[in-house]
Amino acid sequence: MPDSIESAVKTFILNEFLPGEDPAELTMQTPLITGAILDSIATMKLVLFLEETWGIRLEAHEASPDNLDTIALIAGLVHSKQA
Amino acid sequence: MAPTVSLHQGFVGTAMRFPDRVAVIEPGRGSITFGELDRVSDRMRDRLLASGVAPGDRVGLYLRKSIDSVAAIYGILKTGAAYVPVDPGAPPARNAYILSNCEVRVAVTEKRFVERLREELALLKSAPSLFCLDEVNGGEGIARALDAADVSAVAPPGETCYPGPDALAYILYTSGSTGKPKGVMLSHENAVSFVDWCAEIFEPRFGDRFSSHAPFHFDLSILDLHVPLKHGAAIVLIGEDAGKDPQHLAKMIADERITCWYSAPSILALLAQYGALETLDLTALRLVLFAGEVFAVKHLRSLARQLPRPRYFNLYGPTETNVCTFYEVVLPVSDERTTPYPIGKVCSHLQARVVDERGRTAPAGEQGELCITGRGVMQGYWALPDQTARGFLVEPDGVRWYRTGDIVETDDADDYIYRGRRDRMVKRRGYRVELGEIEAGLYRHPSIKEAAVVSLPDEEAGVRIVAYLSCRDSKRPSLIALKRFCSENLPLYMIPDQFVWLDALPKTSTDKVDYQQLKGMA
Repeated sequence: MPDSIESAVKTFILNEFLPGEDPAELTMQTPLITGAILDSIATMKLVLFLEETWGIRLEAHEASPDNLDTIALIAGLVHSKQA
Repeated sequence: MAPTVSLHQGFVGTAMRFPDRVAVIEPGRGSITFGELDRVSDRMRDRLLASGVAPGDRVGLYLRKSIDSVAAIYGILKTGAAYVPVDPGAPPARNAYILSNCEVRVAVTEKRFVERLREELALLKSAPSLFCLDEVNGGEGIARALDAADVSAVAPPGETCYPGPDALAYILYTSGSTGKPKGVMLSHENAVSFVDWCAEIFEPRFGDRFSSHAPFHFDLSILDLHVPLKHGAAIVLIGEDAGKDPQHLAKMIADERITCWYSAPSILALLAQYGALETLDLTALRLVLFAGEVFAVKHLRSLARQLPRPRYFNLYGPTETNVCTFYEVVLPVSDERTTPYPIGKVCSHLQARVVDERGRTAPAGEQGELCITGRGVMQGYWALPDQTARGFLVEPDGVRWYRTGDIVETDDADDYIYRGRRDRMVKRRGYRVELGEIEAGLYRHPSIKEAAVVSLPDEEAGVRIVAYLSCRDSKRPSLIALKRFCSENLPLYMIPDQFVWLDALPKTSTDKVDYQQLKGMA
């Protein structure tokens, strides 16, 4: 299931941080941190979600927009951690 | 010894006595001794003097937190100019406004910010010189930039200026109700009297390691930076990345053997909940200081249970006075307690009184507005004489009392208890936020016809900010589009938690927005 990480992250973000938003508005490339959808506490909750869901560990410096600013980047990070 | 009158005088004296002691640690990137920090800041001073900076000028600081930015701050102070730190994460337009508003002679910045900054400054018809680092990195960035500048023309060695007590040391911009940030002007005497009060209460010493968690544009940084460097203690810089992960942050406090922690309560609440503190050796920690907002008792209780050894202080004060009252929390925090702790008694370098709506001293035990006078109180707001005048209550004897806008009362022990605000300012994650500035930011969106912002109490976050909006167009912007728009127009801590669209905002009989009704709808 190549897209399962993407869809799970999307569902999590919509439910937690964008209640009521049209799911079509949130694309793989929507800027999450630089677009102010995720503030620092929301980013922390996302990191906990990723760690618990996929059994991975993120270092503090990895919790940055370089790795987490879009769903596509997040999925890439999770894939690389699982590899 | 003559009393210190300039903010950097203490640091320079300590650097002469203990050049080999570690002054600043940037975890993962290196550290710098007092002697080396003194030399690099001398070079920064000389470069700024060669660029035309003179005593009484302002110099902008648009750098991420680093050894480089600490050296730049001391370099600026040594020229006799005031430093004006801006939030590197804030929209460039806001930062350009600040730098242009106080007419900085030079801004010290990084390559990554330069292009947008120049564009925004040009729109304001402002063109200060920019001293540009390729990047900040453990002190190497500033050294390289100074070396590079010396290749074209060596900056002649200058003298460190020790300005008098009334000269400005720094200007900190805070949220302004009209939509523009306002610059709080703090003099060397304001800063030094505060730093000396801190020394009296917290007894900084060799071997101490102070956290520097707050960003440099935030007034908590004055304690973090200038208290340890005056007294020969070290600073551990906490970068923004670490602040996002409580487990990592807690580990850093342990690994770096931090002895004095100072931050807004929100980060301490996260540490208490998610920091796994019981797994760490935090025995070095002797002081936990918090300020900027009310600390929810349940989180303070949890923190104190996990860390019973340090002394805990609740520090209170607006940027205009820095800390003006303080309260030591005596442990344990009982299970029954639900009300927040008092803000305590006035600091020894200041005086306080509580006044009624007419500015008369309120009867003992009655609520009123807390007013502060003394050596720590700001001179005023930069280029805002009317707002400055409104900010003070001037007695017939000429004594100026700064009106905090905070409503307090005293308890049986004569401690002040915070009761709320008299205006539309709220504290969020330690930052003060004028709800009017958020509204002004939202009105810049072309589709927004009306905007009204209210704050509601929230057990977890302290306050929750809700924006009520009505739209000019039939199709409303998506939530994602709105948040992105906010990120380009407001600092992150001002972005509302919730957006609610209405066909039209409710109005009072005088056709003003009915904020009470909006609060009731939330």
